[in-house]
Amino acid sequence: MSLTLFAVQTLNGLQFGLMLFLVAAGLTLVFGVMDFINLAHGVQYMLGAYLTAVLAKVTGGFFTALLLAMPLTLLLGLVLERLVFRPLYARGHLDQVLATFGVILIVNEAVKLAFGAAPISVPVPEILSGSVRLMDGLLFPVYRLAIIGAGLGTALLLWLVIDGTRFGMLVRAGATNAPMVSALGVDVRRLFTAVTAFGAMLAGFAGAMVTPILSVEPGMGDGVLILAFVVIVVGGVGSIRGAFIAALIVGLVDTLGRSFATDLLKLVMSASTANHVGPALSSMAIYLLMAGVLAFRPAGLFPSRSAG
Amino acid sequence: MTRTRRDLLVLGLMLGLLAALPFLGLPNWVLTYTARIMAFAICAVALDLVLGYGGMVSLGHAAFLGIGSYAAGILLAENVNDFFIGLVAGAGAAGLYALVTGAVAVRTKGVAFIMITLAFGQMAFFVANALSEYGGSDGLTLWSRAEIGGTRALARDTNLYFVILFFLALSILIVRLVTASPFGIALRAARSNPERVTALGYDVERVRLWAYVLAAVLCGVAGVLIANLSSFVSPALMAWQRSGEFIIMVILGGAGTVWGALAGAFAVLILEEALSLATPHWKILFGLFLILAVLFTRGGIAGLFDRSAK
Repeated sequence: MSLTLFAVQTLNGLQFGLMLFLVAAGLTLVFGVMDFINLAHGVQYMLGAYLTAVLAKVTGGFFTALLLAMPLTLLLGLVLERLVFRPLYARGHLDQVLATFGVILIVNEAVKLAFGAAPISVPVPEILSGSVRLMDGLLFPVYRLAIIGAGLGTALLLWLVIDGTRFGMLVRAGATNAPMVSALGVDVRRLFTAVTAFGAMLAGFAGAMVTPILSVEPGMGDGVLILAFVVIVVGGVGSIRGAFIAALIVGLVDTLGRSFATDLLKLVMSASTANHVGPALSSMAIYLLMAGVLAFRPAGLFPSRSAG
Repeated sequence: MTRTRRDLLVLGLMLGLLAALPFLGLPNWVLTYTARIMAFAICAVALDLVLGYGGMVSLGHAAFLGIGSYAAGILLAENVNDFFIGLVAGAGAAGLYALVTGAVAVRTKGVAFIMITLAFGQMAFFVANALSEYGGSDGLTLWSRAEIGGTRALARDTNLYFVILFFLALSILIVRLVTASPFGIALRAARSNPERVTALGYDVERVRLWAYVLAAVLCGVAGVLIANLSSFVSPALMAWQRSGEFIIMVILGGAGTVWGALAGAFAVLILEEALSLATPHWKILFGLFLILAVLFTRGGIAGLFDRSAK
């Protein structure tokens, strides 16, 4: 385990964590403000990736594709909210699970029908290709640095919106006590629509950003969705700050665990046992982390509802 | 009173029909396919205890099925061939996993509970994928079924069919007895008013935890049966979509009526099979059906027969 490898994997973990944050941010607001469980949020991530991949092929430019894909994911979020989610706000969690599960089945299969089951790859945009030398013997791909920058930038922007605007104030108030916000004369239905569509676009943005480094394929949103759940539960449902910190922790623990668990285990057990136990243990790491946090803080690190 | 009697009548009729099936001279695949549905129906019945009676939306129940089948599969791969050892190991392993993860999960509620059960289910899925010496993500092929008392009685499909039917009936009996007991009444009462149940002196978290564990044990048994039936175990058994499928079975059948879970299991699996014969993209139709069913019906199949059902 060398220092440079550790540095590279830390940066990779940071990049992964920031992407998780973009998916989890919208989702935690939807949970917090509407108490609505949306399993179809991962689908938005996948649609963002597909729209970017397909548009990049058509227009020939990654950034044009990204710019076109964002309003489209926002629009898809609006359509889904209108058709499926809105009638479900007043229902129990069970109905919400079932209907949004149905949305996943439909969209995953529709994507397969439209673009085939084979993974699509997107080339890294010209000006962000290549690697940059960060320190002695440490080369890091420029594109991954760009993702880190975009993730941090979006997080900052999100913080400014949530913390400094009237819309953000309503969202924060809604996450603490939605019926009270409604009683004060705010049209919560419009607030709900805005939060859902906004969250869909953030997830779509995450999906779009990873297209050059991951393969775009049907069902790619499902795994991310579950990781985003872990992030939200650890961070505290409804808390953007919690989601940000938890996403970075989960991203780092998962990435570092996968690269170093086996090597670390070899210090305390035989090499062949470590080779078997290591992969199993590293795939459990983030869930053990979640269990550990919840054992001490059942409402997560930063609970947003005081009487939750 | 009449409703209970009618429920029992429907249940008896369904089990009687299943018991008569092997004598109707049907092709063998009908028998093994029905046996497979019955094993999944055990999970649906078990989940009904947690979801229908307990009001806990668990999205990780496929993990218990998978743990049960992996316990049985690994024992068979290591040449421990006795069926009952496999059964105890599968049920025990699933129950233990439920006890540990459930202790964390029952402390939370609402959306957090759903997400946590899903996450723990996914953890079991990834561990199964990482078990490289037992097939990893490809799964583990079993060369023979388990033995009962040193004989290879289960090698005959009809015998295994009746074993699965027996465990299905036993699971239904257990769930019925439990829900009628003081424990079950506390569990049902905690669904609508946990504060009042706590005031009556019950530890609501503990009641929920034991219901969660019992359901997992039954799913573990189903896993052992599935492993023997298909002579193959793979991580796909505990994919999170299967947990969703179990919820669909319970809800479509009508939560909180035991025969409903049984009917739901048959309805969902036969519908999936029929749709997949019609088009390879059947999931679009199934998803559409699901959304429409949620938006426009209440109470599932059982609800269609019973207007007074909630």
